[in-house]
Amino acid sequence: MSLKALDYESLNENVKNCQYAVRGELYLRASELQKEGKKIIFTNVGNPHALGQKPLTFPRQVVALCQAPFLLDNPNVGMIFPADAIARAKHYLSLTSGGLGAYSDSRGLPGVRKEVAEFIQRRDGYPSDPELIFLTDGASKGVMQILNCIIRNQKDGILVPVPQYPLYSATISLLGGTLVPYYLEETDNWGLDVNNLRQSVAQARSQGITVRAMVIINPGNPTGQCLSEANLREILKFCCDERLVLLGDEVYQQNIYQDERPFISSKKVLMDMGAPLSKEVQLISFHTVSKGYWGECGQRGGYFEMTNIPPRTVEEIYKVASIALSPNVSAQIFMGLMVSPPKPGDISYDQFVRESKGILESLRRRARIMTDGFNSCKNVVCNFTEGAMYSFPQIKLPPKAIQAAKQAGKVPDVFYCLKLLEATGISTVPGSGFGQKEGVFHLRTTILPAEEEMPEIMESFKKFNDEFMSQYGDNFGYSRM
Amino acid sequence: MRRFVIGQAKNLIDQTRRRPRPHNNNIRLLSLLASDPIPVSSSRFFSDMTGSDSSSSLPVTLDSINPNVLKCEYAVRGEIVNIAQKLQDDLKINKDAYPFDEIIYCNIGNPQSLSQQPITFFREVLALCSHTALLDRDETHALFSADSIARAWKILDQIPGKATGAYSHSQGIKGLRDAIAAGIEARDGLPADPNDIFMTDGASPGVHMMMQLLISSEKDGILCPIPQYPLYSASIALHGGSLVPYYLDEASGWGLEISELKKQLEDAKSKGITVRALAVINPGNPTGQVLSEENQRDIVDFCKKEGLVLLADEVYQENVYVPDKKFHSFKKVARSMGHGEKDISLVSFQSISKGYYGECGKRGGYMEVTGFTSDVREQIYKVASVNLCSNISGQILASLVMSPPKPGDESYESYIAEKEGILSSMARRAKTLEEALNKLEGITCNRAEGAMYLFPCINLPQKAIAAAEAAKTAPDTFYCKRLLNATGIVVVPGSGFRQVPGTWHFRCTILPQEDKIPAIVNRLTEFHKSFMDEFRD
Repeated sequence: MSLKALDYESLNENVKNCQYAVRGELYLRASELQKEGKKIIFTNVGNPHALGQKPLTFPRQVVALCQAPFLLDNPNVGMIFPADAIARAKHYLSLTSGGLGAYSDSRGLPGVRKEVAEFIQRRDGYPSDPELIFLTDGASKGVMQILNCIIRNQKDGILVPVPQYPLYSATISLLGGTLVPYYLEETDNWGLDVNNLRQSVAQARSQGITVRAMVIINPGNPTGQCLSEANLREILKFCCDERLVLLGDEVYQQNIYQDERPFISSKKVLMDMGAPLSKEVQLISFHTVSKGYWGECGQRGGYFEMTNIPPRTVEEIYKVASIALSPNVSAQIFMGLMVSPPKPGDISYDQFVRESKGILESLRRRARIMTDGFNSCKNVVCNFTEGAMYSFPQIKLPPKAIQAAKQAGKVPDVFYCLKLLEATGISTVPGSGFGQKEGVFHLRTTILPAEEEMPEIMESFKKFNDEFMSQYGDNFGYSRM
Repeated sequence: MRRFVIGQAKNLIDQTRRRPRPHNNNIRLLSLLASDPIPVSSSRFFSDMTGSDSSSSLPVTLDSINPNVLKCEYAVRGEIVNIAQKLQDDLKINKDAYPFDEIIYCNIGNPQSLSQQPITFFREVLALCSHTALLDRDETHALFSADSIARAWKILDQIPGKATGAYSHSQGIKGLRDAIAAGIEARDGLPADPNDIFMTDGASPGVHMMMQLLISSEKDGILCPIPQYPLYSASIALHGGSLVPYYLDEASGWGLEISELKKQLEDAKSKGITVRALAVINPGNPTGQVLSEENQRDIVDFCKKEGLVLLADEVYQENVYVPDKKFHSFKKVARSMGHGEKDISLVSFQSISKGYYGECGKRGGYMEVTGFTSDVREQIYKVASVNLCSNISGQILASLVMSPPKPGDESYESYIAEKEGILSSMARRAKTLEEALNKLEGITCNRAEGAMYLFPCINLPQKAIAAAEAAKTAPDTFYCKRLLNATGIVVVPGSGFRQVPGTWHFRCTILPQEDKIPAIVNRLTEFHKSFMDEFRD
């Protein structure tokens, strides 16, 4: 009788404990229904191309040429590729040591990292060192690598916003660390109050936790808020005082839908604050090709930039990166193109600007349509999506609904979202997947469905919600925040 | 100067403990923590870490990063390579300062960086999938083969919305997994289930995932071949487990003895280690042996009997150079013995980086997971989902590798010519280098039956060993550094792969282009002669 080699019981507990709702229960149910023939609108993950957004033309032309360099030898190549795409393909191929099929430096192609550094310098007005920029297979991999360096055991705590993108909670779980939550203020547009931070840290320390790092997601996910410069200064000062590494998840920096608070990078603010903070605060900033107006999720391309990390630590991070050999080279080229797009005067410039603007302006409109649509429902309150790609409405659930959820063995927002899915095909992620205050329920949806389909989707939601409320509600008794 | 610690065989048992905690739901919030603290051990670091970071008040210094990170090593891109890169930079400005005019990287299985060409058909399909607008243009037919256009259409039809820029299913695009399963079936003559396939950014992330599942603490051991590809030792270290070595027998062509497996298993048990899995690399890396079917059957039996997961690293399955050996997948062998899903837990790894396709930079691969209960498979899926999915281009390439052009296809002739050209050249280079190494004084080299490496054994004279000790370097590293400085040839010291203590090796790839091989052989021969002249006892 053979022993069972890997029973559920003997699995690493950290794996069992980790949760990632974005592709969890709701998504799996939606996939099942899709297989049964139901039309599903997947708004569970920030995956623009899956909802009809077209890739930008220029980068695809360049990468196609890099995939098949023999095209460059063909005299007719100029007939179907513009000259600047051809030139750019040759440029990137020259940066590789054997084309897309060779492992690059484990930190990424030096030439591309140089372009990233130049981009950061233009954006922030301060020099950036390519040696401190590592390209990764998506920003998520970078986050995991950095957290893996920081977390030693479960006494190491990481400050994470609530609500948060569950990559953080899942990774902290997998690494056996402790998530130290700090709550964002929904009534204050998901604002970050430094007093909340202080409270969270104090409580953690009283329980013997060493708080090592703080995560900010700016613009926020799922909440969409853009941090003000003043807020960023407070945060940096706080990290300095408390000796925390600041992990700045800035993957949505291109997705800004209001003009009051443009994106400012944590690095710029830190440098603006001058010495001693600018030389002491440890900061790691993350970016990606998956979001913005590029939406190239499937390429798996990202980077992190380290500021004030000691050289020996950088070496160790490099060492771990080298075990994975190298990030994928096509995505590195996408990253190079993203940080150095066509310039005025380039053949492809006009088309590039037209395509980019088109996408961004549409996202801005859709952010508005969705926010307004949710707010038009009596029991729904929705902060405006200032940035990123999501809407995170608060659904005020009546006691009868909460009871019914309990009886069904489901968390109330999961119950609501499952019913929404079954009724309308709209696949969302329940707020419990991101964390929320006790007794307050949300769902996260993306603003990515095609603009022409938005009104119908909001109608569909509203109809479902009205029916849900008439089934479970009474006029006076729904849950309040 | 950057310095990766290249160690000798280190005992991985004394590591910081990570006791997992029971917990309820979703996010492990602060409030759920119990109150008893874990004693923080004061000395976590190796004595050979010279000095600490001066800025020790900062949170992420060497003193306070995860000790598992400090412990792990990866020699393939370690110390020698760093020296080589510096030399290469310096060569550009100081051409005459060196007895060689280029650095030849023989440290890493990275064929296309040494001028191996990609397979045309594969790249045609990838280019069309990268920029689908090409498929709408008439001119495209003049630039691409008809079957590559057809295959691109077929693949795009399997991708929802033809969106190659979208995240896919976390196991990989279903249609591509179907193609891979069909390829596995054609290879083995046995059915394969696309739902058993998990596509990853190269095979390495798959190995990491399995280590994560298997290892809860340093009491969990993984049996690994010595010598081994250091992904395994590094991954086990990173996840806080214990590497349980089993020694391959150099005298019998790097054979694997079951008695050795049994011995090491018992030894580990007596030390309180629960061995969870057996890793086998076939064809071997760095050793290049192709296991006999009989050997494979014994291994399967052993795993079944001892309740071990069999981790079958088969990334070199298309690299076999000798007529008397053939690759058989462990899945085929297990099934041919009548062992099914209920009898043996098996994870088989494949990659697009090796073979004749050598697409390292694309990062594509998969693991085929069989013999696990559904609740365990759900956990594997969950871990895969946190990273969303592997890169789409790599997924497409993996499906092409497992279902290449067939006889009758327009591209078949050129595809076969390219494939056989590369493989036959590899076989010739393997032979030439092996013969050359065996001619050198004090060097014996087993033949490379498969994979991409030679792993010669150097019988270093006492004087050389003493000189190495004086230089505070491992003897094989000492030899390899000398080799680099004299010839520009970059190899990896055997200690990076582990070896029987007191023996010395280095790993050299067979990948430099054929026309460079004679020069490499000459330089190597000359260097070795002068080394022996200097250090002969």
